[in-house]
Amino acid sequence: MTQRNYAEMELLRFTTAGSVDDGKSTLIGRLLYDSKTIFQDQLRNLERLCEQRGETLNLALLTDGLRAEREQGITIDVAYRYFATPVRKFIIADTPGHIQYTRNMVTGASTANLAVILVDARNGVVEQTHRHIFIAALLQIPHFVICINKMDLVDYQQEVYQKIKKDIEDFVVKLQVNDISFIPICALHGDNIVEPSKNMPWYKGPTLMYLLENIHIGSDENLVDCRFPIQYVIRPRSEMYHDYRGYAGKIASGVFKPGDRVKVLPSGFSTKIKTIESPSGCVQEAFPPMSVVMQLEDDIDVSRGDMIVREHNLPTVSQDIDMLVCWMSTRPLISGKKYSIRHTTREVKGIVTSIYYKIDINTLHRVEQVEELSLNEIGRIKIHTSQPLFFDSYRRNRSTGSLILIDEQTNETVGAGMIRE
Amino acid sequence: MTRYTLNHMEKLESEAIYILRETVAQFERPCLLFSGGKDSIVLGILAKKAFHPAPIPFPFVHIDTGHNFPETIEFRDAFVKKLGVRLIIGSVQQSIDAGRVHEETGRYASRNLLQTTTLLDTIHQYKFDAAIGGGRRDEEKARAKERFFSHRNDFGQWDPKNQRPELWDLYNGRKHAGEHFRIFPLSNWTELDVWQYILWENIEVPKIYFAHQRECIIRDGVIYALSPFLHLDDHEKKNVKSMLVRCRTVGDMTCTGLIQSRAVSIREIVDEIAQSRQSERVSRGDDLRSENSMEDRKKEGYF
Repeated sequence: MTQRNYAEMELLRFTTAGSVDDGKSTLIGRLLYDSKTIFQDQLRNLERLCEQRGETLNLALLTDGLRAEREQGITIDVAYRYFATPVRKFIIADTPGHIQYTRNMVTGASTANLAVILVDARNGVVEQTHRHIFIAALLQIPHFVICINKMDLVDYQQEVYQKIKKDIEDFVVKLQVNDISFIPICALHGDNIVEPSKNMPWYKGPTLMYLLENIHIGSDENLVDCRFPIQYVIRPRSEMYHDYRGYAGKIASGVFKPGDRVKVLPSGFSTKIKTIESPSGCVQEAFPPMSVVMQLEDDIDVSRGDMIVREHNLPTVSQDIDMLVCWMSTRPLISGKKYSIRHTTREVKGIVTSIYYKIDINTLHRVEQVEELSLNEIGRIKIHTSQPLFFDSYRRNRSTGSLILIDEQTNETVGAGMIRE
Repeated sequence: MTRYTLNHMEKLESEAIYILRETVAQFERPCLLFSGGKDSIVLGILAKKAFHPAPIPFPFVHIDTGHNFPETIEFRDAFVKKLGVRLIIGSVQQSIDAGRVHEETGRYASRNLLQTTTLLDTIHQYKFDAAIGGGRRDEEKARAKERFFSHRNDFGQWDPKNQRPELWDLYNGRKHAGEHFRIFPLSNWTELDVWQYILWENIEVPKIYFAHQRECIIRDGVIYALSPFLHLDDHEKKNVKSMLVRCRTVGDMTCTGLIQSRAVSIREIVDEIAQSRQSERVSRGDDLRSENSMEDRKKEGYF
């Protein structure tokens, strides 16, 4: 691999979901092992640990970083792992499968291009499978890969695989899932992970690694709606840059060019972009997720929390926000309570004005007339904010359609909101 | 047709700059923990870029154990001068002299653990509410759980079971008085990414990263540089030898192992790391102490 190639590789972020004992840690261990990401000293440590515990080599132990996890053999919190092949670099958000950790799955899913969802071939589609697919769809992960694992324990039967595939296909028609693939695997022995399985000659599709390396992610960003939330204003106040005002931030969506006519929200002033500077100097175009600094033609008042947009493509501006929220706190969400809302770089206060319903994740049915949302519940609510937000629907724009709720007493992040159209 | 995609190096750079700007926007008194190692050097360069053409809006803090490689200290002073930032030094020696900590004794004595007290004292003294560090999640398994914005209670402690979820790129830096945050802009970088970036940007690093001839001893399979801080037994004294070595990580001379290498340029280091079958931490005596040593240190407030 030449160094130029390494620097120019694409980055794919994926999240893994599976019930306890579906073999998720084993699969990740296998991916790391087969991509030669596990170093010899780490492997020696692992062997020593397994020997001490009287076990055979257990790849799952590689991913349990905390003492309590190794003691209990479960994953408590999201962990991030890295590996690279000659084709791509990968970030795995390794999220726990326990029911009580739905919030962690939402966390991992919020930044993922792709979801790997594991199903135990022996058990077929269970409630947890529905839950995982539903959450991944809710978070609008662009690509789904369903791995039907432990095929060795069902004698590698094609019928078992077909049945599960059909069950899932029937389920996802009710959801917004654009790209879904199915692979029969055995993570423990490495069948269809990197090498095609000799045990399942009936499967003609790609291996998991091939899919991860080749799935097209270039179109995952929204390049249509120009949105630039201001993060920080750069004012050097030095001799050399006496009148310099640079607006720093990350392009949320769309493509900006110097000379573009833009509007600043909330003031509504129109002006033109003078220059755009990236970390490596001035550029003629800026697109997501570039961190840039813009200078504008006119000297107008712009500060953190404001947003620069194209003149004829405006986001919704409103103080009443209708959203789906995943609740992440042991203190329930209740109507009438005030929270801090963080949306792009803007922070406002918000009061919950309605709880319309919560979703029974197992049946996808709406439960109406609820008083509160408790930990790990997902529901539809309305919030009235102290200042207007500038937003798009989450379906159209993952960046300007998402927000978090913060409890003002504990300062904890308690809710993940996805704005409805 | 123009492709509107960033490669992974550009994505990591953009993400780190976003985190640095977010830190300055959300906190009143941030600082950057600078050790003189490759990660904090890259962080310094990224900070320069994030606020250009304005100066870096926070000081650098070095927790100096007094047992550093002299090359690191020399580099540190030149680097902060070049960047035009203020350097604050928290001295472990002063903490020892003031009776805040007790120096370890014996063959394995190291000041690595003592840094925690000096770090927390320095954060308290200057009322820092955010300490930016070069920690990477790929370094060590306890670090894989680390957040970009990592909350510390008023004892400076990390609670791995009570971390704030980080959703999308919305980072919550709210805190009560006395609490602070550790910020890790390089969370998603791997060791190879850091070297790749150093190559890409042509960044200067301390001389100890390049292969050089040095007087060393081998203890428990780890190569240590001979220094006045290392307590040798008679057998070790007889077995000092000159070796061709370089540092892969930089810390205290008492706990930083060296690796045998012929790499004399950044390009050669990148190639060596790309092919290495040993992890970066294999040469760290402080990690070899126990299976949970990093987790335990972090819970106490270690960087």
